Order: sequence, then C-alpha cells, then structure tokens
Amino acid sequence: MTSLTALCTLVAVGTLAIILSYIAMRGISSLTFRFLVDTPKPVGEGGGIGNAIVGSAVLLLLSCIVGIPVGIATGVYLAEIGRDWFGNIVRFLIDTLTGVPSIVTGVFIYALIVLKMRHFSALAGGIALALIMIPIVARTTEEMIKLVPHSLREGAFALGAPQWRVTLGVVLPAAGSGIATGAMLAIARVSGETAPLLFTAFGSRFFPNGVTEPIASLTVQIYNYAISPYDEWHAQAWAATLVLMSLILSINLAVRFLTRKRF
Amino acid sequence: MEEVLAHRTPLPEKLRRVLSPTGNVGDGVFRLLMFAVALLMLLIVVAMILALASHSMLSLRGFGFQFLVGREWDPVKEKFGALAFVFGTIVSSLIALIISVPLSLGIAIFLVEQAPRFLSRPIGFLVELLAAIPSVVYGLWGIFVLAPFLREHVDPFLERWFGWLPLFRGPITGIGLLTGGVILAIMVTPIISAVVRDVLEAVPDTQREAALALGATKWETTLVVLANGAPGIAGAIILGLGRAIGETMAVTMVIGNRAEISLSVFHPSYTLASVIANEFTEATGDLYLSALIELGLILFLVTFVVNAIARLLVWRVTRQTVGAGMAA
Repeated sequence: MTSLTALCTLVAVGTLAIILSYIAMRGISSLTFRFLVDTPKPVGEGGGIGNAIVGSAVLLLLSCIVGIPVGIATGVYLAEIGRDWFGNIVRFLIDTLTGVPSIVTGVFIYALIVLKMRHFSALAGGIALALIMIPIVARTTEEMIKLVPHSLREGAFALGAPQWRVTLGVVLPAAGSGIATGAMLAIARVSGETAPLLFTAFGSRFFPNGVTEPIASLTVQIYNYAISPYDEWHAQAWAATLVLMSLILSINLAVRFLTRKRF
Repeated sequence: MEEVLAHRTPLPEKLRRVLSPTGNVGDGVFRLLMFAVALLMLLIVVAMILALASHSMLSLRGFGFQFLVGREWDPVKEKFGALAFVFGTIVSSLIALIISVPLSLGIAIFLVEQAPRFLSRPIGFLVELLAAIPSVVYGLWGIFVLAPFLREHVDPFLERWFGWLPLFRGPITGIGLLTGGVILAIMVTPIISAVVRDVLEAVPDTQREAALALGATKWETTLVVLANGAPGIAGAIILGLGRAIGETMAVTMVIGNRAEISLSVFHPSYTLASVIANEFTEATGDLYLSALIELGLILFLVTFVVNAIARLLVWRVTRQTVGAGMAA
C-alpha cells in the first residue's frame, strides 16, 4: 500500500513540476526588457505589461497599508485579550472569512465602494485585497504570539510594566519575525488574486494616475489576454505569468527558508 | 506618564474596572482599541450579508424562490433563474472531490505515516506550493495545456470504454464540466491534504502503539489512525468542497460558460462564480445587476455554512490534542 500512497504524492508533485515547467518554457520566449516596461498595444504591435506591474504594486501597497495593521491588531486581540466567548466568535468568523470566495469579496466592495464613488478605482481594489489579507495575517499573528514563552511576559510584568507595554514592547517584537513571514505569505496570496479586482480595480491600458482611477494589474491582464483569440496575446499572457509566478515563488521560498528552524 | 494620565481622567470606578482590570489607563485604551478592531471583523461579516441582501432586493422580491429553480437566464427578457449555474457548480465540485479526496488521503497518509522525516518535509512543502499558484494561472494552463490533453487523450478513452453511460457521451471539445472538475481537483488537493495531515498528526501516538501491540500490520494501524481522525477528515473534505464551490477564474476559463444542463461531463457548463465574473461589468439594468448580486449572496451563504461545518469538525479532532487551531 505504501507504493499506492507514494504514487498519489508523485501525481501531485509531478503536476506541480509540469505546470511550473510550462510557465517557464512558454513564458521565457516573449520576455524582453521592452515587454516589462511598455504599456499594452493593439495586436501585432508588441506592447508590454509595465503599467500592470506598477498597478499590481500599487494595489499590493494599498492592501498592505490597510490589511497588515488591522490583521496584526486582530491577532493581538485574539491571543492576548479575547480568550472569552467573544474572542471565540471572532476567531470562528475569521476562519470562515478565509473560506469566502474572493469573487464575493469583489461584489461586496463593488456594492460598498464602487457604487458610492460611481466608478472603478485602485482604492476599491486595494481594499478588496485587504479584506482577503486580514484573516490570514490575523491568524498567523495569533499563532506566533502564542509561541512566545510565558516567562518573557512574566518577567516584564514583574518589572511593573502595564499590559499594553508588555504586549507592544516585549511580546510583539519577540513574535516579529513570525508575523512578518505571515504577512509575506498574505502578500503572496493576494498578489495572485484576480476575481476581486475584475469589478473594483477593473483594469487600464495606461500607467496609474492616482488611486481614485481604475488601475491595471498583472492578474487581470493575464486573464484578458488568455481568453483573447490572438496568439500574440497568449504568448504575452504566459510571459506575464512567468513574472507573477517568480514573485510568488520567491516569497514562498523565502518564507520557507526563514522559518526552516521553527517548523 | 501613565500615573499622570490616571489622575487627570477620573473614570467612574465600575467603568474603569471593565476597561482595565489592572487599573492602568494605558491598558484601558489599549484593550479598547484592540476590541474595536476585533469588533470590526464582526461588523465586516454583518455588513457583507446586509450589503449583498440589500443590493439584491429587486431580484429577491421579483423572483423569490423561483430564482433557484428557474432554468431560464435571459437578460434581454429580464428573466433570471439560476438552476443551470447551481447544477454546474455542484457537478464540477463533485468531480473535483471524486478525484482529489483519494489523492489527498494518499498524500497525507504517505507524508505522516510512511515517509521518513527528511522526505516528508520538503515533499509536503512542494504539495503545499500547488496552493500558492494563482487561480488565473491554473486557468491559463487549463486552456492551453490541460484542455487539449483531455480532448486528445482522456476524453476519447472515456467515451470508448464508458460511452454506454450517458455521462461520457456527446461532442468532445476539451472545454466543459470534466476539465473544470479536473482543474478544481488540482486546486483543492493541497488544501484537503494539508488539513488531513494536521488531523493525522493530532491523532495520539498511543493509538498507533496500541494497534501495533495488538498485532496489527502497518496498514491496519493506519486504518485505526484514519478512524480516529474521521471527523477531521470529513471536515477537510468539506473545506475542499467550500473552496471548489467558490473558485472562480480557473473554472471560468475552462468550463465553457454555457447555461445548459446536460448529463454529459464533456458538455460546457456554467458556475455561480463564473457568471458573476463574466457578466458583472456588462450588466445593464438594475434587475440584471441585482440578480447577479443575488448569486453572490447565495455563494456567500453556501460557502459560509460549508466552512463553518468544516471548521467545527476539524476543531473537534485537532483541539483535543494539540490545543492550537489549524493553519488556514
């Protein structure tokens, strides 16, 4: 039976290898410097993903500004304060929020922000991504704070520090590297999101022009090119995928490398 | 500094004790702030339900229950029934589970019970890496690699040997329910196997030792461990189901996007999430948009309930022994 279970594992790892090698092979052929800095052009004239790269960076930055502080604060609440029934409810809601389809998050932000502003915007896209980020950051923060030894807290309390100083000055720095890796994983996760951006950030053919305007992103660009009927755009979709996957894989490998000792 | 603040702001004794049991004003402010953020999480969930419900009111009022059982989806005539999408969502998710459940169980058993530690860590990481690939990338790969492969090799084989079943009959295009199901299977396998791994690791070693001591073979011991973790494994599968139901981009790109109900798995279909992704920005008219938002509301409620059940099942197994929650 061992060979059967080993076969299952081989199928999964093999699929990963096949997918990654296709991305590398097909992506590398259209990857040029011009492609990385140009804006999209009509079929037959080349064009690139410069604006999409900048757009994705802006969206990620916006989502980090909102998502990481809120996520960390929620995690601190869950680990240090909310050990009662209310904390359990919040923990449960956060766990179920991670399972809410990202497209529903997009519809929610559309109803909440886009309808009010009357147009698509980078801001709406960033907030949609932040909503996906918060539960991930919150739960890793909680787990990491729980790993901080109690003696550290007791030592600080014994010196007469109030709880807020113990938490902010002693516990959080001790859990800092773990929280940082959690945040990095959250960034990797949302950088691949497409569905919540379709009708919040929408997309654009130009370099970003302020956060209240629609904005391009790598993922939406890949989607639009992939479902287009043109071979040239298909090739560009593979090249853009290679760029996106390099970012995501390097974050995942870095996190793996950094947390090697702990896990 | 704290002492000075404490003197300047005399709070009623009772309120002070609620805010800060330690009697420090800084603590009171800190606890209040953290509590406010946690409350925000609760509000977000409530706001989601309210926003989705209020914006789909037109459609909720107009069609009522008919929305779920109506087969016609015609924006021009303003008739909206979601049955075909519900069908496509359920069938594609089921195909995904049929493929990925045995696969995930095999992976988890291999990594926890059989593989040596130096192997199980890096391989576990590689399997988890499948979950790091974005949905749109799966879609791209699905269109240009998986769909042609299924069309040339797998679908003709299935039709030849199992064509007597209505499931495997009909024109083969490579784009349809089966391709959507296979892509979903690849996407939920790392999720299910990761949770099953957590569950198996939470089963106490005394169970394995007891089985071995009674003369059980290694495989029989594994069965004992599986039986111990059964609720958690069920939870893992339901978690995968929730993920498959809500998956959007990859499915949209390979399932064909046609609102038809057919027994054949080669036939194009449409899922709840794909309709929203495809038609949302093109929706003209309030009723059309409202009907699409109602699809979002259905998707939200279904995945919320499915996830809640799954989490409770998984917690039942992992909480007893390791105390900490499972990684999301």
